[in-house]
Amino acid sequence: MPVRSRNFFLVPYMLWIILFVAAPIALIAYRSFFDVEGSLTLDNYARFFTPVYLRMTFSSFWYAFLITLFSLLIAYPAAWLLTRTKHKQLWLLLIILPTWINLLLKVYAFLGIFGTYGAINKFLEWIGIGTQQILFTDFSFVFVSVYIFIPFMILPIFNALEELNPSLVFAARDLGASAWTTFRRVVFPLTLDGVKAGCQAVFIPALSLFMITRLVAGNRVITLGTAIEQHFLVTQDWGMGSTIAVFLIIVMVLIMFAAGQRKAGSR
Amino acid sequence: MKSLIRSFAAILVAALGCLYLATYLNTSEGYSGSNTLTIYNWGDYVDPELLEKFQKETGITVIYQTFDSNEAMMTKIQQGGTTYDVAMPSEYAIDKMRQENLLLPLDQAKLPNLKHIDERFLDLGFDKGNKYSVPYFWGTVGVVFNPELVPEGLTFDSWDDLWDPRLGNSLMLVDGAREVIGFGLNSLGYSLNDTNEAHLQETLAKLQTLTPNVKAIVGDEIKMLLAGEEAAAGVVWSGDAAEIMDENDKLDYVIPKEGSNVWFDNMVIPRTASNLDGAHKFMNFMLDPANAAQNAEYVGYSTPNKDAIPLLPEEISSDERFYPPAQLTSRLEVYNNLGKRMLSHYNELFLEFKMHRK
Repeated sequence: MPVRSRNFFLVPYMLWIILFVAAPIALIAYRSFFDVEGSLTLDNYARFFTPVYLRMTFSSFWYAFLITLFSLLIAYPAAWLLTRTKHKQLWLLLIILPTWINLLLKVYAFLGIFGTYGAINKFLEWIGIGTQQILFTDFSFVFVSVYIFIPFMILPIFNALEELNPSLVFAARDLGASAWTTFRRVVFPLTLDGVKAGCQAVFIPALSLFMITRLVAGNRVITLGTAIEQHFLVTQDWGMGSTIAVFLIIVMVLIMFAAGQRKAGSR
Repeated sequence: MKSLIRSFAAILVAALGCLYLATYLNTSEGYSGSNTLTIYNWGDYVDPELLEKFQKETGITVIYQTFDSNEAMMTKIQQGGTTYDVAMPSEYAIDKMRQENLLLPLDQAKLPNLKHIDERFLDLGFDKGNKYSVPYFWGTVGVVFNPELVPEGLTFDSWDDLWDPRLGNSLMLVDGAREVIGFGLNSLGYSLNDTNEAHLQETLAKLQTLTPNVKAIVGDEIKMLLAGEEAAAGVVWSGDAAEIMDENDKLDYVIPKEGSNVWFDNMVIPRTASNLDGAHKFMNFMLDPANAAQNAEYVGYSTPNKDAIPLLPEEISSDERFYPPAQLTSRLEVYNNLGKRMLSHYNELFLEFKMHRK
């Protein structure tokens, strides 16, 4: 195929990227240099580095870290068990199925389940522990977030485990490695790409969660996502909202870069 | 490849079928004629029987569409492509919409029933001379509480009762910066439109001592949660309070004596209107005392129509929680438009309050 016509076929993709990837990011960056009254300023960035927003950044990262950690701890064994089951596709479907239900509906369901008169508290009452406050706690926030993100962690890990050549595991065992050593030295390093992909797919959206912070955590957990939502919808301070978004984009790029860098170095 | 094409074709056929069905249904219900009036209102915020009565009286077909926040409504009108003839924004939104040229002026000659509205609710700061809006419903901000769950002796007739140490972890607040900072200011005896930085910082410090009592700060879910007895008390708008008490009649509502906010939902004609005459007819129809009374009975909010109040059942019109006596209404304030910069500051203070840990 001549070069010119090949370039021609690239045009729709380039247009797509320019319109829906590059332009929005550029617009957000541009917006972040304006204050509420629409005059050019660097104030928003100065405001970002005040205790209010820095503490918010810290708590966003902390909760995103917790969510990613627990997702990984649950997803890795789950993915490993999946590769060992008979009807892999069926089980995989069952794991993906909840993502077909609207996020908001799932979160509302938890309001009922975790409530003072909800199913969990009925059970706790029945076994004699008594009613506990579950809703509007850090625990319920992390739990619901992990529940929502877990399919995105399982899938890449499952794919990585599927691609792993089983003869490598047999070889390790034949050469006298214990099950733990085999996992630590053979299986885990070879599935590290899947783990990284999963962590990225969970950590990055978890950083900017906002709906769940209000519904399940009762605004006791404040993340940067909450602040962006407020600035765009309530205060109409689009400049400050954009500044936080720019900051999040920079952090995400850094995370992707760091994850990619190590991979390149290990080869 | 073949099956891929086939499934794409199936989706396309299904989508076109839906589109055809929708237009067919619209024409069969008379939604395509020229004599229509599109009303853009909050969900379940008008008695449907009144809409039918209006259609019969005037022959205008009413299309009723709903929004769930002032911001969403403004964005839709701003973007255009819609033909809303009448909308019902809250008072602070009217101020903004007027500044952004989203409203058309009213022709008061076509609204003779405006004389039935109580003077207290006319000519207010957000729309001097009622050039753009007529009041639809009004209400307050106060405390809904469950007498069974609240410690004895607490009546919430003072905002300070919220700070009672026995209320640990059993309060819910509505997720609004103006509302929460507002009652904080009121509890200290300041105006809820105060912009004095020292007063605001004092309010923030006082609000932060409320944190141990706060179970959650939530949005619309507060109605469901309070009716479900998830908390002992909550700071809410009176409209929400009416709905909560409708669902669970154990609960009670009170407006603390230090003062509070009074809010309005108003009828306006957005720039996108195409049936100006019909819009005025509809407004005048809703301002009629008999219709206003019927609507107030259905919706459960307070009507600003002074001639409608005698037509209401005694138990509604004498309910001081929703029609407070004059000495209390004099202490109620409308939110002034503080300007974007101050509003942003209020929000940052509110964020700081929310982030304060126990």
